[in-house]
Amino acid sequence: MQGDEACAEGAIVAGCRVFAGYPITPSTEIAERLAIRLPQVGGVFIQMEDELSSIALIIGASYAGAKAMTATSGPGMSLFMENIGLAFMTETPIVIVNVMRGGPSTGQPTRASQGDVMQAKWGSHGDYEIIALSPFSVQEMFDLTIEAFNLAEKFRTPVVLLADEIVGHMREKVVIKLPEEVEIVNRKKPLSKESFLPFKPDEDLVPPMACFGEGFKIHVTGLTHDFSGFPSSVDPGVHWKLVKRLCDKIRLNSEKIIKIDERFMEDAEIIVVAYGAPARSSLRAVRIAREKGLKVGLCRLITLWPFPQRKFLEYAKHAKAFIVVEMNYGQIVREVERCVQGKPVFFLPKMGGDPHTPNEILNLIYEVNEDEF
Amino acid sequence: MNFEDHEETHPLDNLILSERMPHIWCPGCGIGIVLNCYLRALIESNIDLNNVVVVSGIGCTGRIANYVALDSFHTTHGRAIPIAMGVKIVKPNLKVVVISGDGDLFAIGGNHFIHAARRNVDLLVICVNNFNYGMTGGQVGPTTPFQSVTTTTPYGNIEHPFNLPYLATAAGAVFVARWTIAQPFALIKTIKKALQKSGFSFIEVIAPCITLYARYNRLGGPSEVLKYLLQNSVIKNGIDPALVDIDKDKKIIVGEFIDRDRPELVKELYRIIKEQSGLELKSIVSGG
Repeated sequence: MQGDEACAEGAIVAGCRVFAGYPITPSTEIAERLAIRLPQVGGVFIQMEDELSSIALIIGASYAGAKAMTATSGPGMSLFMENIGLAFMTETPIVIVNVMRGGPSTGQPTRASQGDVMQAKWGSHGDYEIIALSPFSVQEMFDLTIEAFNLAEKFRTPVVLLADEIVGHMREKVVIKLPEEVEIVNRKKPLSKESFLPFKPDEDLVPPMACFGEGFKIHVTGLTHDFSGFPSSVDPGVHWKLVKRLCDKIRLNSEKIIKIDERFMEDAEIIVVAYGAPARSSLRAVRIAREKGLKVGLCRLITLWPFPQRKFLEYAKHAKAFIVVEMNYGQIVREVERCVQGKPVFFLPKMGGDPHTPNEILNLIYEVNEDEF
Repeated sequence: MNFEDHEETHPLDNLILSERMPHIWCPGCGIGIVLNCYLRALIESNIDLNNVVVVSGIGCTGRIANYVALDSFHTTHGRAIPIAMGVKIVKPNLKVVVISGDGDLFAIGGNHFIHAARRNVDLLVICVNNFNYGMTGGQVGPTTPFQSVTTTTPYGNIEHPFNLPYLATAAGAVFVARWTIAQPFALIKTIKKALQKSGFSFIEVIAPCITLYARYNRLGGPSEVLKYLLQNSVIKNGIDPALVDIDKDKKIIVGEFIDRDRPELVKELYRIIKEQSGLELKSIVSGG
């Protein structure tokens, strides 16, 4: 099965019943698959007039009580930015898939890239946090789509699946699990209508979610609001409290969110950091290096945001050097540099759509290994 | 009469959030009249108020969602219609009403308006047309009449305004009407009619911005504006919407222009679900 198709199947298993989107290479297969599949399981597929309305529609659908998703690539992701802010501010669980292609602008529609990593975290205005996951196989396109829905529902926040064209268009064997075989998380619901404040959080900083048509008569706004949900947009204290909580909801729970795939890391002196498609060639390179007796490990990031900074602080205590492999001109490498306390970080960028070859990575491993620190 | 013992409630007390008062609108603003008419129409229609959702965009009219004791969503600028569509698709039993301004619905949100009308999704869209961007200080908008003065057309507006009923009709709306704030009872009646309609319904309400547009264009204060609207409105029910364009030197043509039927989007979506899954759903229920 193709990666994009596995994503669509993962969405259905996760409980997604509304998809709105706009055709764009290389994510269109997700839409095409869901156009067939959603009506078969009691769901709605709708093709919208643009990406602005696609994300808007799923925000409305989520506030009416449904699990909803949209999918796009870079140019559409740019249009999503305004309503990623709205979804964050109104605590709307939605899943956004970005199958990354070469940018900026129209760039390379059919070629892979990892150029939208920083955009996902910083692209919308104001202070916000995002959860972003990076699949490196067709199986993970399936598994992480489910994970994205679970995280969105658990934390009432938009979650981004940051795939790349290689993983999206690749065909591999995939195990389609049944809904009863996977963990499915559904949003917390309010227990009673008595003195219910729709944006008053529980201890986990997440408020139970009342939806439209349930008799709560809730008000939802992108303006700064208090626990009641009504705007209070000039009071500095209300804004500080709201935005701090919304960010802390992700920051303070980051250990529960973050997933890393560590290979050969026990005694690793050189740590290769990669995610998505380049993690595949990185793994090959690390295996060959190990066969030659080099102490090299692979840290494959599954969660890109929140960035696992604590983990990298730990790595920095033992590792001699880091090699960051990305299909862009320098994004996650900045996060690694920020977190490793001055340890040397070598960067292997690649743009244009071809993935790194294992040899390219291996050559850098050899070079770094010969350096004296 | 002893006033201390005198208790009187406003007929809309249970629908307007008195604790949210005072509202942000200027004295004499027509948005209050539109809100009043809308809420009266809801009450007179005997709709279960738990099943009404108000969705609005950004701007003076967008603030309507802030003051009603109903489920309400104050969205991003221009995106009220697609968000309302998402709500309606998931819960078709809800009456979803978009109330927003001319700038929100027809400049930044114009594309969504024509596509929602084309799809004939069951929404009622009420546009308060105040002829300018009020909240930001009176700039030219997509409905500002030709040659009018605004803060960004200091030498007169050289652009032509949309004829909104004509636009809605051409895009596919099944119910199209226009009134001014000087005809509140007709407006209530029309809103009630539109609430019963299945499909994309559109009502334009002319409510010139008192503080900005009316002042810059020498229309006078609230009472002069109301008088002007009354004296210059001509009721022409059923007229071809192509003929209802607004121009400074022309009468404002009001009335119910279009009432027709076409297959409705949400019903069609649920028909396809039934054909493909055998499920006869009343709403979309998430799996998992």
